[in-house]
Amino acid sequence: MKRLLSDTLVVTERNLIRLPRAPELLLAFTIQPIMFVLLFRYVFGGAIQVPGSSYAEFLIPGIIVQNIAFGGFVTALGLNEDMQKGLIDRFRSLPMARAAVLAGRTSADVFTNALSMTILIVTGLIIGFSFQTSALHVIVGLVLALTFGYAFSWVFAYLGLLVKTPEAANSVGFIAVFPLTFISSAFVPGQTLPTPLRQFADVNPFTIVVNELRSQWTGQPSPDHLWQAFAWVAFILVVFAPLAVQRYRQAAGS
Amino acid sequence: MLNNDAAISVRGITKSFGDVRALTGVDLDVARGTVLGLLGPNGAGKTTLVRILTTLLRPDSGSAQVAGLDIPGEEARLRERIGLAGQYAAVDENLTGLENLTMVGRLYGSPRGAAAARGSELLEQFDLVDAARRPVKTYSGGMRRRLDLAAALVAKPPVLFLDEPTTGLDPRSRLDLWDVIETLVSEGTTVLLTTQYLDEADRLADRIAVIDHGLVIAEGTSDELKDRVGGERLEVHLEDFSQADAALRALAPMCSEDPVLSDGLVRIGLTRRGGAIVEAVRLLDEAGIGVDDLALRRPTLDDVFLTLTGHAAEEENPE
Repeated sequence: MKRLLSDTLVVTERNLIRLPRAPELLLAFTIQPIMFVLLFRYVFGGAIQVPGSSYAEFLIPGIIVQNIAFGGFVTALGLNEDMQKGLIDRFRSLPMARAAVLAGRTSADVFTNALSMTILIVTGLIIGFSFQTSALHVIVGLVLALTFGYAFSWVFAYLGLLVKTPEAANSVGFIAVFPLTFISSAFVPGQTLPTPLRQFADVNPFTIVVNELRSQWTGQPSPDHLWQAFAWVAFILVVFAPLAVQRYRQAAGS
Repeated sequence: MLNNDAAISVRGITKSFGDVRALTGVDLDVARGTVLGLLGPNGAGKTTLVRILTTLLRPDSGSAQVAGLDIPGEEARLRERIGLAGQYAAVDENLTGLENLTMVGRLYGSPRGAAAARGSELLEQFDLVDAARRPVKTYSGGMRRRLDLAAALVAKPPVLFLDEPTTGLDPRSRLDLWDVIETLVSEGTTVLLTTQYLDEADRLADRIAVIDHGLVIAEGTSDELKDRVGGERLEVHLEDFSQADAALRALAPMCSEDPVLSDGLVRIGLTRRGGAIVEAVRLLDEAGIGVDDLALRRPTLDDVFLTLTGHAAEEENPE
């Protein structure tokens, strides 16, 4: 167990060191979220009416959850690249804890997610977002967002090990996750959607997590789904972490 | 029976991928402190065998002992005693040379300081000191291979597996890498080396195992294998290649097998070596055939490979 922790730490560090040296990836964490906030706030925002708050307050939690869910892309692309380049073979020939390769990847995502979340919050504060609740609620919200992102990193870990090329990981990930984030209450109030979409949005974990984040940070809507939001986090982890580990064993063994 | 004096001992290993039988019962022994060259075309099963012996793959049946530890059974401990350098330089492009080696050292369980010290030592040994703090993506192909090999040596393993270590390298870098490998062996490391290059096996390997279609089809020293395909060859460059048939008639008394005519060259196998050149010159002179040049040649491993497998070593394209 001690070995798993120290090896995970080494792999996490490796993934973080290399980040600033891949500028295109760094752009995805920094400039791209800002661009999305500005586009939604100033291009679409004027046309979207949200009950009980300003669009900036509505938007920031939604865009944070979307961004954080996509943060796991780094894991998908990174693992895929490591497989292609033989680095996974190197790791597997070392006397290290097997799970550390995946755990180190997903842990590194928590740091990058925290970075892009900070950027989004600062951008939000500039364009009119503000926290309306106590520090405790703000922290609960932060924890919810980061753990949700961590769970999604395991989804992406599985995806990255499943497909043959980074390009495939990219398009499959986009096709799977993009609609999921948009058919939710992340950018527009769920009530405005046509009935079939609304029914989907109502049960979509993104809606549940976004609404909960909103209520933790702005008090709207009233906070009563906290356990449900964390249940989704746990559910995604329990399903996808074993899938990814199993796939890692298979993929690396062939 | 497993051979206890061997650093690597392989008995009856088989491995299939679906319908493809990659290994069909491999037996091998590599004595401590020696180099075994595993020679074969792409798809012969070389890499599969290396992956099994380095614990990356499980064999379907059979067993092996590497550095005194059993496969199957003691894979976890075995990983502490082997090094693997692959045909794809498995290093992180976005880390520096030193960061790569330090990472590997820490994953062997060394504290950070000790891992970095060992990394620096290896960078020095592999002539990479100047590049130690540059990301690997700025390295040349030869530098990457050296770093990859250095990464395999972090824990000073007694047994080293090199899977096509020089494939795709320029001639200069190949020679450099050969020097490094020879130094390691002189210090007592046992090496199993796979290669498609006959000159590489000829230069580095104490013994050579030829593998084709998942089976070891011949094993011995380079000389033993060459002797197996027959004696020396005489190559004659004629002044006028249109006289080739006449030359063959003249040389017939000293030919051991069917002669070959190619590229302006008459090539014959000799019945006996002594006095062959003098006799050939005399026979050709009497027949009035002009000779440009002539030479005795030992069979090469290419000849060995061609004779044993019926096809050349490098004719199949990499996947």
